[in-house]
Amino acid sequence: MGLAKRIIPCLDVTAGRVVKGTNFVDLRDAGDPVEIARRYDEQGADEVTFLDITASSDQRDIILHIVEACAAQVFIPLTVGGGVRSVADVRRLLNAGADKVSMNTAAVENPDLVAEASAKVGNQCIVVAIDAKQSAPGVWQVFTHGGRRNTGIDAVAWARRVQQLGAGEILLTSMDRDGTRNGFDLPLTRAVSDAVDLPVIASGGVGNLEHLAAGIAEGRADAVLAASIFHFGEYTVRQAKAYLRERGIEVRL
Amino acid sequence: MLTDNAPKGDGKGAIVVVDYGMGNLRSVWQALVHVADGREVLVSADPAVVSAAERVVFPGQGAMPDCMREIEARGLRAAVLEAAGNKPFLGICIGQQMLFEHSEEGDVPGLGVFAGKVRRFPAERMLDAAGNRLKVPHMGWNQVRQVRGHPLWKGIANDQRFYFVHSYFVAPTDDACIVGSTDYGLPFTSAVARDNIFAIQCHPEKSALAGLAMLANFVVWKP
Repeated sequence: MGLAKRIIPCLDVTAGRVVKGTNFVDLRDAGDPVEIARRYDEQGADEVTFLDITASSDQRDIILHIVEACAAQVFIPLTVGGGVRSVADVRRLLNAGADKVSMNTAAVENPDLVAEASAKVGNQCIVVAIDAKQSAPGVWQVFTHGGRRNTGIDAVAWARRVQQLGAGEILLTSMDRDGTRNGFDLPLTRAVSDAVDLPVIASGGVGNLEHLAAGIAEGRADAVLAASIFHFGEYTVRQAKAYLRERGIEVRL
Repeated sequence: MLTDNAPKGDGKGAIVVVDYGMGNLRSVWQALVHVADGREVLVSADPAVVSAAERVVFPGQGAMPDCMREIEARGLRAAVLEAAGNKPFLGICIGQQMLFEHSEEGDVPGLGVFAGKVRRFPAERMLDAAGNRLKVPHMGWNQVRQVRGHPLWKGIANDQRFYFVHSYFVAPTDDACIVGSTDYGLPFTSAVARDNIFAIQCHPEKSALAGLAMLANFVVWKP
């Protein structure tokens, strides 16, 4: 008996709807965010993550209404990320009902934001999202701006840094694997997970249930995040958990 | 302040969530409203409202030194102690830790309602049964062993999983108050109770059906 490994469905949200595409193109409508979050809760999801992929800032407030509606109906932890630039943004999302807020580009551009936000709202609320791409064997670099800009920063070093700054958790996405359905980048996941004391959520590339198991067993991730395998009904969260349990991984069923 | 749209009232006959400016009280408020069956649920930083309440929920997030400082700054200490002395009282997370005498986090005194200390997970012992390193904070769904029976456990299975996120835990001086225990590298006390007080380390407001069941038990509890 002990702490369960978590399964976290991720919902990309824009203009009030959940969408799913491959490498940010060819977006398909996957439904109403609150309805989908509730379905995942019923299936036994351990948390839900909303990623606001809205491009224009005038639509930003839509996510607040979605978070509010979700928080009134779904009583599991809710993480929200995308476009978070300031402590005020963090507060607005927590106020709407988010439990954790994830930041990526803003954390790289202004590392003090991680420290400041963590000091204000507690490190348990602050997730730093790291988008990493392999540049050489065993070396990964941090990308920002939705994967469009290479910062040249070493991903493992950055993970250690955000731990020092006061992050409570790391959401690690492999740019190379995201959308491919070929499985997590296991060496990347393991390198980051071993480098920090914080929980690490593996993301990017899940195409089947074996990938989830590998992310935990070989990648040493504390939680696994997936989108498309759940959105289109290929697998339920419950099926995923039953599979992990068969593989000897402790889950909440 | 994190609950701008929670209703306001004088607290009489209400379930009052103590607001001292730390953490996300909205989740606690929402979950209580969900199970309160029409009873009034307020969030308040006003000592008079806490004093007038029928029952009190004392939540908490963040760091204990900040939480204690805010309790003092807002003049809430006396009202919280009074409530802990005479009405159904539910401590959650840091709200449980603050009921103890002293915390290693920032080396600060707590409210001293329970004898004992708040300790950090010891880095050198954080290994699971297979020898793998365990991360701190302890974040996610872990089991609560019901060490003793209690009305708030009603309808909740022994070893049920609840959502935790914390780096410190309570170590009571007197085992008699321990009602829940959880394993993470070591067995630690995850719930305590005495008379009208029940306090738990995990977050029932984020623990799906099991958590809602516990909150539903609390809102009708007659200690």
